[in-house]
Formats: sequence, C-alpha cells, structure tokens
Amino acid sequence: MEILVCAKRVPDTSENEIALNAAGNDIERDDLVFSVNEADNYAVEEALEIVERAGGMVAVVTVGGDDDEEVLRREMAMGAKNGVLLSDENFEGSDGRGIAEILAAFVRKGHYELILTGVQADDGAAQVGGMLAALLDYPFASLVTSIDVLDGGKLKVGREIEGGSKEIYEIELPCVLSIQTGINEPRYVGMRGIRQVASVPIATLGKADLGVDGHVGDAGARVKRLDYFVPPATKGAEMLNGGRDQAIAKLIELLRSKGGLQ
Amino acid sequence: MPRIFAYIVHSNSAADDSAAELAAAARRIDGAQAPAAIVTGWGAGLDAVCEATCAQYGEVWKIANPALAYPDAEVIRKALVNVVPRGSIVLAPHAHFGVDLSPGLSIKLNAAFVSDVVDIEGLEGGWLKLVRQEFGGQVSAHVRCDISSGAVLNIRPGAFKPWDGAPVHGQVMDHSAGAGDLTVRRRYVETVLSEAGGVDITKEPVLISIGRGIQDRDNVALAEELAEAMGAAVSCSRPVVDAKWLEKSRQVGSSGKTVKPKVYLACGISGSFQHLAGIKGNPFIVAINKNPKAPIFRVADVGIVDDILEFLPEMTAKIREQR
Repeated sequence: MEILVCAKRVPDTSENEIALNAAGNDIERDDLVFSVNEADNYAVEEALEIVERAGGMVAVVTVGGDDDEEVLRREMAMGAKNGVLLSDENFEGSDGRGIAEILAAFVRKGHYELILTGVQADDGAAQVGGMLAALLDYPFASLVTSIDVLDGGKLKVGREIEGGSKEIYEIELPCVLSIQTGINEPRYVGMRGIRQVASVPIATLGKADLGVDGHVGDAGARVKRLDYFVPPATKGAEMLNGGRDQAIAKLIELLRSKGGLQ
Repeated sequence: MPRIFAYIVHSNSAADDSAAELAAAARRIDGAQAPAAIVTGWGAGLDAVCEATCAQYGEVWKIANPALAYPDAEVIRKALVNVVPRGSIVLAPHAHFGVDLSPGLSIKLNAAFVSDVVDIEGLEGGWLKLVRQEFGGQVSAHVRCDISSGAVLNIRPGAFKPWDGAPVHGQVMDHSAGAGDLTVRRRYVETVLSEAGGVDITKEPVLISIGRGIQDRDNVALAEELAEAMGAAVSCSRPVVDAKWLEKSRQVGSSGKTVKPKVYLACGISGSFQHLAGIKGNPFIVAINKNPKAPIFRVADVGIVDDILEFLPEMTAKIREQR
C-alpha cells in the first residue's frame, strides 16, 4: 500500500512557553524551538507499521518553506522513503482550505491509497484532513486510534469518542484518516538516523508544478488570524508564593480543611 | 444576513447540551434572527428531540431516514449538503462528531470554516470576528472569517452559556425528502465501550492527577507515593496515557473519564479544555506547574509555580512526617 503522511512543523509546546510579544499582537517568535507536530509522528509510525504488515511504502509531505525540510528529514529518519516539500511564495498566507487544496493537487498526481494526517496541530484547527478528503471525494475518519487492514480494499478503523469508548467503522480505500495521539509508540529517532538522511534529495514542487489555483495564498484565504492576545483572568488561582517549604505547609493546611487528607 | 442553522447532536431521544449552547452562539452572530435547528435520525426518538428543540429555534428542520439511524458524520454530511441552502452559516459542536463532520462539510458547501470557536465578537462588514485558542490554550487569537459564501463554525462545548430566552415556539419542518442519495464508503460497525480499570477514578474523592510534566515513566511513582500518603488515587491527562505510563482508565477528560472529586491536584498538567471538560462537581483544584502561564492556573483555586519532580517528593515527606 502506498501511504502518504501529511506533516507540519510547529512551535514545540513542551519546549516553549508561548507568550505574547512586546507589541501584544503576536506570539514571541525569537528563540522558539520548532519540531514535528506531535500527532504527525504517530501518523508516520502508524504508516510504517501498516507497511511492515501489509507491504508498500510511506511518503511524507509538508507545505512550507526551506525551514520545513527538517520535518521531512526527521520523518524519513523514522523510515519514510520519500519526502516532498510543497513550497511557493504564492502559498504564503493560505488558510486551512488553501493548505488542503495544495495537498489535494499533490495527491492527484500520485497513487496513494491511504492518506494520514495528525489529528490536530498545536497551532492548528483539526481541519486539513477532513477538507482534503472532501476535495478528493474520499471517505474520511477523524480521531483514529486503531487501524486493521482488511481484504478487498478496506480498513477497519476505531475512532475515539467520549468517555474512552470507541466507534468501529469499515472504510474503503482510498481514504483519509486523521490519527489521534497514543495510537502507537512512535519509534525513537537519534542523531545518527537524522545524519543518514541529511543528504537525501527532497523534491520541491510549486504552484505551477501542482496546477493548483483558487483559495490558495493570502488572497484566497477566507479565514485570517488578526492577532494573538491573552484574555484577562476571570478568577485565577490564589498563588502560594514564598518558597517551596512555605507552599507545602500552606497547601497541607488547605487540604486538611477541604477534606483532601484522608 | 445569512440564515443560521445549528446541527443538533442527540442520543436516547434527548438533545445534547450543545443544542442550547449553539442557540446562544447563533444569537451572538445575529440577535434579530431566531436560528434554525437541523435534527437528523430515524425512529421514535427523533420527534421528541425535534419538539424539545422548538423552544430555542425558530424552525426545526427534521431529516428522517433509516440511513441516519446511527449518527455517522459521513452520511449526515451528505444529507446536509443536499438540504442546507448555500450561503448559510452552520454551527456544530467541536467534539468528536463535529471534528468528523464539519471540515468536509465546509468544502462541500463551499463555505469558510473555523473550528473550536470560543467567542463571537460580531460582524464587521462582511467579516465575522471570532475568538479561538491556540497552543493548548496558552494564547487566544482573533480570527476573521469571510461569510460572503457562508460558513461552518465548530463551537467549543461549554464556551457559551445555554440560551435561556423565552421559548420561541419553533415549527418542525420535514425536509426528509431532500436528503437525497445517502450512500457512503464508510460503514458503522459497532461501539466498543471503555474498559474498567483497577481503580475507578470517577468515584474517588481526592485525585492526584499528573500530566506531561511528569516527564518519565519512572517518575509516576512520585505521584503514587504522594497519593498513598494522602489516601488519594492517581489519575492523569492525555499525554501520560499516550506515552503508556498509565492505563486509559486513569485518564480525566472528554475522551477519558468524567470525575467529580472533592479535591483535585493537577500536577504538571497545562489544562487543555479537553482535560477540564472531564472535571465536574466544582472541586477544590490545586495546580502545580513550572510554567506560570499554564492555562490551568486560570481555573485552579490555588496555584504553585514549581517543578513537580521536586515538589511532590518533598510534599510526600512532609505529610508522612506529620502522621
């Protein structure tokens, strides 16, 4: 099975505290540490495990600029055979629909049976997978936490619903699935693995190569972020300051009064 | 002004809480319009949902079809594409169903899409100004959405107070005939209910809950030791289950368990809305987190900025000392 995984480079929220800049209209972007969106690593791992069981190959694609190549190389170090960068100055400012249009144009040029995305990006909206499926007229399932390959061009997928329960569907290939975190244990990628793919060429395709138009780029975007802000605290916690010992003493006293110490 | 529709999620003959919240959100977009509800399904319970929804919506569009008996978003999307007038604004809850339904619906309706809307500031020209959160709620963003060809908006559960205006006595209108061809390439098989774990966190009065800040499998013991000293149980947020450090049955949140303890110690938990959605009954919440900007501090009663890996063992030692 040929599997395509769509990945995204995002500010790493486990490495950064996201804060407003001095002007108060954007996040502070100096010194931000970027990494592959967490859910996308689960998607790549799932693709690799399906190929290990059922054969085929895994390609990974991202929309962005030169900086985004590192995302592709990391996923190639995990085991993806090809990395493709969809890059064009006319893509800048695209909204979710625009990104989905760019990816759909790329998918139409290949023979992918299964397309995976992460369920949501840290700075995203859980939207591109579902849009991509609709543009391609493929069936779609979101929040996927298990995949079994069935005979006859079908998959059995589980999707997470409330309360830890799971909906089971049979879905026909080709299809698009958005992968929930926790579906597997993504393999470790060391520096050595990254070095091994450091000089593998990465294909770059632009607007003309893809033949994409409409809804792409700033002019085509119907949804635009105006600014970032921090809403005023409604109530906010009473902060226990004055050092750890004092905080612990005060907390124990509070817990006693609230029934927190049995 | 475009017409506003709300998709009503329902089960067991009753509308979901989101029905009244979407009724409120719709009026924030256009206070002069009694919005319309769309109720899809099949069988005896459908009419009860429609009748109950009439109090909040000016019209209730019923779409009854055997193919809609189970709420499969792929099937419902096809029905909506055939029934909803182009250029409308469609609201749905940002939960597992809306995440499945709405992005694709926006494409098929050729409408703009915004997910996880937490506030609506109103219209400015042909633009609707909305508020979202990013980076797990650490920052908010104003977003503007071009509604000239309609919009699909997924609204965060709990973000809008349920609409409580005077009943509008809406009319039920049967649009079943317009549903069209509902064949899809995805088939609902069954629902697998969550497995019960060794400890039922939904019944525990005191929870020590750990998140990403616990950093490593071996550190889970720090929370277990404190729980033992306090007579509490250990629960967690999603990253801890994703990493397989604790069982799924220990997870608090919309995709995990809903807990209602008296006291909740959130340790190294940032406080995403999905996690907070699993905490009910207004417990006394203590948040301990290295990041002073963690959203959990906005909802906690008491906060401590500290590294839980150092704080927890010292707290355990202090409690043992006092016994």
